[in-house]
Amino acid sequence: MAFIEVKGITKKFGGLTAVDNVDFEIEQGKITAIIGPNGAGKSTFFNLINGFHKPTSGRVFFEGRDITKLPVHLGARLGIARTFQTTHLFEQSTVIDNVIVGHRLRTKSKLFDAVFRTKREKQEEHNAYQKAMESLEFVGMEKIAQVPVSTITQEEKKRLAIALALATDPKVMFLDEPAAGINPDETEGLAQLMKKLAASGITICTIEHKMQMIMGMADKIMVLNQGAKIAEGTPNEIKNNPVVIEAYLGGEPIAEAN
Amino acid sequence: MGKILNQRTVIAVLVIFALVFPLIYADNRYVLHVMTIGFIFAISVYGMNLIAGFTGQLSLAHAGFFAIGAYTLGILTTRNEMNFWLALLLAVLLTSAAGLVLGLIALRTKEHFFAIYTLIVGYLIYLLIDKWDGLTGGVRGLIGIPIPDPIGPLTFESATSMYYLVLAFLLLSIFISVRIVRSLTGRTYIAIRNSEELAQTLGINTRINKLVSFVISVAYAGLAGALYASLTRFIGPDVASTNMVFNFLMYLIVGGIGTLSGPLVGTMLFIWLEQFLRSYQEYHLLIFGPILVLMVIFFPTGIVGGFYKIKAKLQHKKLPKESKYFNPVPEKSTEK
Repeated sequence: MAFIEVKGITKKFGGLTAVDNVDFEIEQGKITAIIGPNGAGKSTFFNLINGFHKPTSGRVFFEGRDITKLPVHLGARLGIARTFQTTHLFEQSTVIDNVIVGHRLRTKSKLFDAVFRTKREKQEEHNAYQKAMESLEFVGMEKIAQVPVSTITQEEKKRLAIALALATDPKVMFLDEPAAGINPDETEGLAQLMKKLAASGITICTIEHKMQMIMGMADKIMVLNQGAKIAEGTPNEIKNNPVVIEAYLGGEPIAEAN
Repeated sequence: MGKILNQRTVIAVLVIFALVFPLIYADNRYVLHVMTIGFIFAISVYGMNLIAGFTGQLSLAHAGFFAIGAYTLGILTTRNEMNFWLALLLAVLLTSAAGLVLGLIALRTKEHFFAIYTLIVGYLIYLLIDKWDGLTGGVRGLIGIPIPDPIGPLTFESATSMYYLVLAFLLLSIFISVRIVRSLTGRTYIAIRNSEELAQTLGINTRINKLVSFVISVAYAGLAGALYASLTRFIGPDVASTNMVFNFLMYLIVGGIGTLSGPLVGTMLFIWLEQFLRSYQEYHLLIFGPILVLMVIFFPTGIVGGFYKIKAKLQHKKLPKESKYFNPVPEKSTEK
């Protein structure tokens, strides 16, 4: 049984086929990358697995369970986390305050607990705080836990988004361009963080444009072009795949672009 | 620690002030009446703050729900001669039930569509009250709504006793708001305000949470409406008018939307400004309008939000550069 299995998935927006009959498997504990030119359907593919979009046809399985029609928040409870291209953080609040809510899905306190501040509420607030602190430590931000988000750097915001996803206790994390808009040194740091996540047992699936980063860390790469899968394999296979070179890398044998 | 103590002192001073206020103005019924009305409106604005300020869904049906609360109490106590307290409870429950039904439909829309939809719902409630002569008395309104029935030796005949009754409900409303906002449930609401998409990926059922938040906020409006009916003892369809909801919104925005003390600050400010500018009649809007515009441009989080922003900036400046990233948590553990 594959960890995550996507079978013949297609998504049409009116006349546009954003994702075209893609079959794909994600292996547990590995780093899988999805690459492709702009508009290739990478983010849409994420949204299909995640549940933001319902596919026109095809199915998605998570640990053998059909999750094609599962609402997004229930997928999160099963252990599917994701980050977005643009970070949606609460700027006026502190770093830690942004992460605490990430553990909300593992707590049960309701309105009643809130108003009467029950034992359960206090216990779960404590747990959520601990979990948030652990997540921040994991991404190396525990020292700035009490700092307002509006004052931290772009790279720290990217890490914070990962910490937030981590607080949900995920089995798999979908990262949508985690290294966009940050410099090469920081990119390296982020690659290290992703390896660390995979080593801790969390399956990683990422969309990324930075080839050097991808080639250095991915176990498997899928290449999408105009919604269709044109190649799949290890970084070496992808580098030498003539179809990929022609369609995506524009005739250059190796892309050095950062 | 100093900060919390400070905040506590401010709250204690305010509560004591509110408690002794009627003693200072013992023979000035007008001042007490204005203050009591202000408290009632503040309860409603706290409700609006919960859904608009913390959950991020701008509901403009609040005057409608305020009116449902007011009319339920009015009709039950005049026509059915029901006990005030039972009628008050039923008014809050009926308003919440109406909120639940309308919320189920309204929350299928988002952002400005939600605001427009709820604005229309509010207007429909106004029309319903205005035209349904048989039930609501139409434009003539409801007259002779009784004062609250006494509880044992406690009677509510004097302006002072009504003041204290309303104050008690206001304190309870604020208390519940604070508890909700500072809980995991409150964090959930704030996450939804922040980004609904992100909240969903964090496993939050946004639909249920928005609905619950909406129903509580509506219950606040119903409670405020019921208290209003029994204070003024006369209600007309005007309580459901769109002017009313835009007044609430103005109090909320100027006081500080999404802050815990904003509704009280905004409501009190405007209630008294309105009294001082009374002689200018409708021209007082010439002053309110620019205030609102300036606030939205320069202090989008209102007086309270602006205050905290300035305070945070000053604190940030005071700290030496290296300790800007000061974190009290590990510091404490090293002290041990």
